[in-house]
Amino acid sequence: MESNPVEQELAPEIEDIVEERISVASQRQLIWWRFRKHRVAVVATALIVIFYTIVIFADFLATNVPADSEAFRGLMPPQQVHIFDGWKPSPHVCAVTGARNPITYQKDYVTDCTEKIQVRLFARGYDYKLFGVIPTDRHLIGLSDDTLRPEDYIYILGTDKQGRDMYSRLLFGTRISLTIGLFGVALSLVLGIVLGAVSGFYGGLIDNLIQRLVEIVRSIPSIPLYMGMAAAFPHDWSILKIYFAITIIISLFAWTDLGRVVRGRFLTMRDEDFVTAAMLSGASQRRIIFRHMLPSFYSHIIAAATLALPLMIIAETTLSFLGLGLRPPAISWGTLLQDAQNVQTIALTPWLMIPAIPVILVILALNFMGDGLRDAADPYSN
Amino acid sequence: MQSPEPETVVTDEDTGTRPLLSVEDLQTYFFTDEGTIKAVDGASFDVYSGRTLGIVGESGCGKSITAKSILQIIDNPGRIVGGQVKLSSNGDASKNLLEMEPNGEEIRSIRGGEISMIFQEPMTSFSPIHTFGNQIIEAIRLHSPLDKEEAHGLAVDWLRRVGIPSPEQRMSEYPYQFSGGQRQRAMIAMALCTEPRILIADEPTTALDVTTQAQILDILQTLQKQNDMSIIFITHDLGVIAEVADVVAVMYLGKVVEIGPVESIFSSPKHPYTKALLSSMPTIDAAPRERMPSITGAIPHPQNRPSGCSFHPRCPSYMSDICGLREPDLVSIGTDQQASCFLYGRN
Amino acid sequence: MLGYLIRRLFYAVLAVWAVSIISFFIINLPPGDYVTSYIAQLAIQGNIIGAEEAESLREYYGLDQPSYVQYLKWMNQIRQGNLGFSFEFGLPVNDVIGERLVLTMILAAATIVFIWIVAIPIGILSAVRQYSIWDHTFTFFGFVGLAVPDFMLALIMMYFSFVLFDFSVGGLFSPEYVTASWSLGRGFDLAQHMIIPIIILGTAGTASLIRITRANLLDELRKPYVATARAKGLSEWRLILKYPVRMALNPAISMTAYILPFLVSGSIVVSVVLGLPTVGPILLKALVAQDMFLAGGIILLIGWMTVVGTFLSDLLLVWADPRVKFEGR
Ligand SMILES: Nc1ncnc2c1ncn2[C@@H]1O[C@H](COP(=O)(O)OP(=O)(O)OP(=O)(O)O)[C@@H](O)[C@H]1O
Ligand SMILES: [Mg+2]
Repeated sequence: MESNPVEQELAPEIEDIVEERISVASQRQLIWWRFRKHRVAVVATALIVIFYTIVIFADFLATNVPADSEAFRGLMPPQQVHIFDGWKPSPHVCAVTGARNPITYQKDYVTDCTEKIQVRLFARGYDYKLFGVIPTDRHLIGLSDDTLRPEDYIYILGTDKQGRDMYSRLLFGTRISLTIGLFGVALSLVLGIVLGAVSGFYGGLIDNLIQRLVEIVRSIPSIPLYMGMAAAFPHDWSILKIYFAITIIISLFAWTDLGRVVRGRFLTMRDEDFVTAAMLSGASQRRIIFRHMLPSFYSHIIAAATLALPLMIIAETTLSFLGLGLRPPAISWGTLLQDAQNVQTIALTPWLMIPAIPVILVILALNFMGDGLRDAADPYSN
Repeated sequence: MQSPEPETVVTDEDTGTRPLLSVEDLQTYFFTDEGTIKAVDGASFDVYSGRTLGIVGESGCGKSITAKSILQIIDNPGRIVGGQVKLSSNGDASKNLLEMEPNGEEIRSIRGGEISMIFQEPMTSFSPIHTFGNQIIEAIRLHSPLDKEEAHGLAVDWLRRVGIPSPEQRMSEYPYQFSGGQRQRAMIAMALCTEPRILIADEPTTALDVTTQAQILDILQTLQKQNDMSIIFITHDLGVIAEVADVVAVMYLGKVVEIGPVESIFSSPKHPYTKALLSSMPTIDAAPRERMPSITGAIPHPQNRPSGCSFHPRCPSYMSDICGLREPDLVSIGTDQQASCFLYGRN
Repeated sequence: MLGYLIRRLFYAVLAVWAVSIISFFIINLPPGDYVTSYIAQLAIQGNIIGAEEAESLREYYGLDQPSYVQYLKWMNQIRQGNLGFSFEFGLPVNDVIGERLVLTMILAAATIVFIWIVAIPIGILSAVRQYSIWDHTFTFFGFVGLAVPDFMLALIMMYFSFVLFDFSVGGLFSPEYVTASWSLGRGFDLAQHMIIPIIILGTAGTASLIRITRANLLDELRKPYVATARAKGLSEWRLILKYPVRMALNPAISMTAYILPFLVSGSIVVSVVLGLPTVGPILLKALVAQDMFLAGGIILLIGWMTVVGTFLSDLLLVWADPRVKFEGR
């Protein structure tokens, strides 16, 4: 069999790559096996997947345009979806009538189940673009078209003060809050990896300087700083601008944990045989860092990133809650919870507290998932 | 509860008495997520007054766990699941240590009192944040009615005896201020200051350089003579064993596979494993450049112990009709040697 | 040891300086200079300032000079104990912050004590009885405690104390003590009112300290020196308390330095929700109104407080762990 010289020269390289792939795969598989044993972490991961599905399909799942308000239905309590009417399957919600209480001037709502509003799956609703491209008006649930009357309405989780649908707003809040976290983590990941890698790889003076920087950043309370910076955003900034500005501010302070993880790994790894071997064989430093060192602990990085995500979400939610982060009309978990700031609201209209549930669930799930990942990536760290 | 007394093969000529400590069929297992590890699985040996028993074996064969089992200081998830550890007291009754309540007062008075232990890692066997004096005085006062000052005096005295210079001053120092050899000396002082009847020394010299090693062995032997103390000396260094032991027990995968007087073991080893161990020992008169023979194959993981005689996959005298099927018992060969191998009888 | 202390002190000074730079940066963030806003503010109140007076004010703050001069002037003022003037309150910043800063410090310190008292015993119990019911229970609560943001915990606590006990949480004093001068009764009243804020603030810290103590103790329990101590015949609890627990306390001490900034952050948010008279609500108000000397002053002072607190816990670590003295030589 004839083979040209170029091919011959390439052969060992290819072998190398194949071998590498096998070892990487088995490493990945090992991690996956260990992770699977961590039941809670697996459940948590499923939950996170569900939440990010909501992020993608927020429009499809929504029942109303989140910004639309019906002033005369402010603070309406949630409507329960009934699947059966007696024994007959006939999904519907009950009508709710409101009247202003002459003494308290509060609106009192009464659920009136004699009047039924029909709902169905895959109903027609407002127009939107699925994945931002496919125009459609189908929604998972909605008012049934056949029996639709103009005065019909559906508010599964009630409405806020301005009569906006809490359920749809919650879906869109989830979208913003969960993506802002992702951007933040991506940004601090870059900062953390670069600074951590430089610090751990070169050691010495550079390491010392960067470590001092980390220490100083850490010894300063972050919320007041976030607040100070966020408060200075010009009022005429668009939502998008504020969104990115917030992400940047949060990342500026949140990279330290990731940086520490990366640095620690680099320090231990610098002395390991395969790195020494790569150095001796004259590989360039960039190649050593990116081809040899980073891949060998990217599982640690994923774990650290997963653990950093909840901190981002908490930071954004807290800032927006205080009125210094995203501002209405932007919808996030923080801005939604702003309505639930005092005891009276909470006591009289408890459904305004509902956004607290996904916040806690997501943060809890991310923590469990990150912990499981970390244990799986490094069974001896604890 | 009459369990058959094992034949007393190694007798003390002077007294012909019972052993001071007798370990019978000791079994210590670790119950981990991945399965049960039989770290010690039926180890038996006797220790006589004033004598040294050497325990040898490759790394991981269960030497340390055997030693810790005697004092019942096995860490989780380990448990002693069977066997007896009989300590004869001054009267004629002997106590089974394994029947004592774990961490109860009775066993605690024996730990560090009648039986002391020196550990493998001199660097980490002291608490790094307590002064050395604090730790040794604690050991003394746990087993004697001395007050603090008397205990201090005794501790200083012992430090001097094990050859630590300016002991007064070292009492108030922390372990990180000691060198490795000094720590090991200090460890010996701490183990001996309660004048135990038995000292368990788990590789006391492995981490040390040769000169220090020789000094430590010297100290141990001197002190042994002074106090008529028994020593269980654990090591994987056959050279050291030849120097210090009176009786040698060879362990393989949690079992004692051969036991006998040191001269017999070295001059006429019986078990194929012992033979292999001895032949892998470098000797001065070996021809230069001759390849050192080593035991073929690797030690199996204790979790998948081979069936039958656990040495059979590596054994040069493997007999296919029996070795992989049945487990051999310890049988007497000659007057004072025992080995568990079907070469010497198929009972 | 001296070397270690000097190094720590040096970092603390560096952090103090960094905080002052950041605070100064924040003060200068909003568009327009301070004097323009000040004049505008006075104009609303009906006081018109002449151009001359405005000019002298500008000069006083060095507004016509490069920013490092302004920074130095500001620092010089602070050295004299003058944080500037708050036009939102129409008072010197010192007077606005005054007692509130003390209360912030008391709250943070009390929370740290709370965290230690609760977390250390639970951490020890969880480690010594690993995988017991207690261990699992506390581990789970630890996770929940870490997951719930402070402000949300405050909302939930408020909700339940209102619904279940018809009791509204808020403030740090009963009405009769709000403006009273300090006395035993006022201190006692404060202690009572602080319980719920402390629990809210301390939950996350407690949860992480439990985890840290447990993990470290589990590590320590496996170390050879524990076997040595056991082989001496020491009883199990005495042994655990004397050796591994003492060792596990060291990370707990360094941990304190690490939680302190979070506590201060959290106290600001919790104070806003619960209406506590700490610097928190004032900071929010100042930021919303862009009353920058007040906001910058608060950020500067709590930043400095935190740095000092961190330095103090470093000192504690030197005292607790002889190895630090040795290594730092
Ligand atoms: N904590 C533990 N958990 C699980 N298995 C253990 C534990 N401690 C020891 N073992 C197992 O018990 C076996 C015996 O260990 P042991 O420490 O007695 O070996 P050793 O003979 O003293 O070896 P070395 O010469 O290296 O000290 C080992 O194979 C080890 O796998
Ligand atoms: Mg050992």
